[in-house]
Amino acid sequence: MQLEYIGAFDVVLGVLARFWPVWIALVVVMGASFAYKKRLGLYGQLFDSAVGIAGVGICLFWLFTAIFASTVAPFNPLAQVAIMKDALPGAVEPQSGLVYLFGGDKLARDVFSRMVYGSQIVLIIAPAATGFALMVGITLGLPAGYYGGKIDTVLSFLANLVLAFPVILLFYLLVTPGIMDTPIPYAMAGLFFLFPIVFFSVLFWTRYKKRPDRLYILLGLTLIIGGWVYAGLVFDADPFRIIHIDPNQLNIFVAVVFASSPGVFRIVRGLVMDIKTRDYVAAAQTRGESPWYIMLWEILPNARGPLIVDACLRIGYTTILLGTLGYFGLGLAPESPDWGTAIKDASRLLRSFIHPALPPTIALMSFVLGLNLLADSLREQSMKD
Amino acid sequence: MLSFILRRLGTMALTMLCLTLVVFFLINLDPNLKKLAISQTEMHTSAEQLESWLVNHGYRQNFFSRYAQWLGIAPKQPVINPETGEPTKRFSFCNDPVVPTFSGVLQGDFGCSTKFKTTVASKLFPALGATGILMFWVLVVMVPISLLIGILAGMREGTRTDRTLSVASIASTATPEYVSGVIFTVIFASWLGWLNGSAASASRGITFYNFTLPVMTLAIYGIGYIARMTRASMVEVMTQQYIRTARLKGLSFGSVVVKHALRNALIAPFTVIMLQFPWLLTGVVIVEVMFRYQGFGYTLVEAAGNNDIDLLLGCSLVSVFIVLITQLISDVGYAFLNPRIRVQ
Repeated sequence: MQLEYIGAFDVVLGVLARFWPVWIALVVVMGASFAYKKRLGLYGQLFDSAVGIAGVGICLFWLFTAIFASTVAPFNPLAQVAIMKDALPGAVEPQSGLVYLFGGDKLARDVFSRMVYGSQIVLIIAPAATGFALMVGITLGLPAGYYGGKIDTVLSFLANLVLAFPVILLFYLLVTPGIMDTPIPYAMAGLFFLFPIVFFSVLFWTRYKKRPDRLYILLGLTLIIGGWVYAGLVFDADPFRIIHIDPNQLNIFVAVVFASSPGVFRIVRGLVMDIKTRDYVAAAQTRGESPWYIMLWEILPNARGPLIVDACLRIGYTTILLGTLGYFGLGLAPESPDWGTAIKDASRLLRSFIHPALPPTIALMSFVLGLNLLADSLREQSMKD
Repeated sequence: MLSFILRRLGTMALTMLCLTLVVFFLINLDPNLKKLAISQTEMHTSAEQLESWLVNHGYRQNFFSRYAQWLGIAPKQPVINPETGEPTKRFSFCNDPVVPTFSGVLQGDFGCSTKFKTTVASKLFPALGATGILMFWVLVVMVPISLLIGILAGMREGTRTDRTLSVASIASTATPEYVSGVIFTVIFASWLGWLNGSAASASRGITFYNFTLPVMTLAIYGIGYIARMTRASMVEVMTQQYIRTARLKGLSFGSVVVKHALRNALIAPFTVIMLQFPWLLTGVVIVEVMFRYQGFGYTLVEAAGNNDIDLLLGCSLVSVFIVLITQLISDVGYAFLNPRIRVQ
């Protein structure tokens, strides 16, 4: 049976039209931010430069694409329609009359829908893993920089140990199917996911030690929410069945956190060593504040600028790492629509078909580019102050 | 200075010891050993046969004694053939000792590759040579281009050239090898047909036709980063007093840049280029797999995919060594280039 095709111009129009919820959300958010940019602090200042606007725009575009994925994508990313195998862009699917805008891949799935759903996986794992890496890096970097001495020596040695590992080797060792039969990923998850709970508990404890009314509420909330998420993620025992993570996704998550937290550690340590010589730290020491109060409430807020910039870059870097994992077929399920896996599948067939390869590569590149532009303009803005 | 280097070498040795122990532990996990046994024996072998294969090839000895044997601080024990009772070689394809001898990494024996059926040394070192050629060409392309971009951008901060080049370098840091590789292959191999999308023939002879794509792909990710660091360093130097003095004394802008600014601006990129090696290592793995070039990265992936224990240990030893030695060179070189830095 012969497939019908629509023209190149219609494909472009069709793609733009499919993204309609994204455009609306983008216009609303960008318009509102632009109108009130004077009152929005650092975020508002981003709208002063073209680079900043481009960065925010691209990041928000992918964020909204991930949120509205089910509306944007015309097909199920895993559905195979045999007749559409290797169909060229613009082929019309005979049954539903909908168009395979970017064509079909070798398993006859819609490349466009897979790209859209792929953004969900990336936008959930990359920021979350970066968040955990930040927690681990900050919680360990603060004492290392503040106390120095033995703690610093031991922690720095461990961080350098992990950093000396080539990332790819680390992934091959940590993200193999075999390792899921051992308790190692769960033990590591159990360790890493403890850090946010410890971090927030110490944060509230040092601040509200003398105000039990506030302290008990905040500590209780931290322990309940933290414990709930912890149970769901590490033991897969969430009593409400809301928080759930596949064992292989947990494995990837842990490996990515493990690979990127030493970098955060080094940055935090360096910043703390610089900031602890300032007068306000000396003032706090003279007041008799506890070391952890000084670290968390005097030093950390003053280190936020470089940390925010680093977090942006790090999300981009984590996206690249996830792509690498997908490219080597590690961890993620083989039919998963994430961009790395899609690039791997398509790059093997580049000689015959190029259209399945381009959408995921351009998606990944543009998202990382958006984050890098965002980081660059944040850095420019924080330098102005 | 000497004691600094010695201390660093000591830390390096300790790091390598710890890392190889971790790698050794991870690849000797029970599921991985099972996988190895399955791939090394015939199809449909029973669990007992797999177990006896592991025992017969010495994989069930004590973990620490095996690590010590691999390292060369304990004598390597031959395997006792269960039928004849004679001590035999562990693998027929490489010359393991039949009497207990000290034969480990410290003695220069890297062990046996179960995947390639040969000694690790005879597989790993040619592969390293091939990767060395690739790395050489990448550096030849990457370093001059990135320094030029960085200097041009940093020379006059805030101009149109600066902004264009800065955005271009940001874009290049946002393009990992597996993305740029695909895009370049599509453009230059599939569409224009100028270059070969596979570097498999490069093992027999390097030509512009088969080697340009891997080199380009690998260089592009590093260019942006080095260029940005060079730019930052150049911008800083250009605001210094001595540059203003040189300008005021009537020197032309060009000669100020070449004679006064460049020397000082190029110290920082040196460190960055040295620290770029660990990233290149990951890139090498991706590029060699993508373009089917038989080098170190390709060997590493084959070793990891087939759980080839000795080969993977050899690969990790080499890559960790490269990472640590480049860190050392960058520290020592930085102190050497910049007399204001003194190491204690």
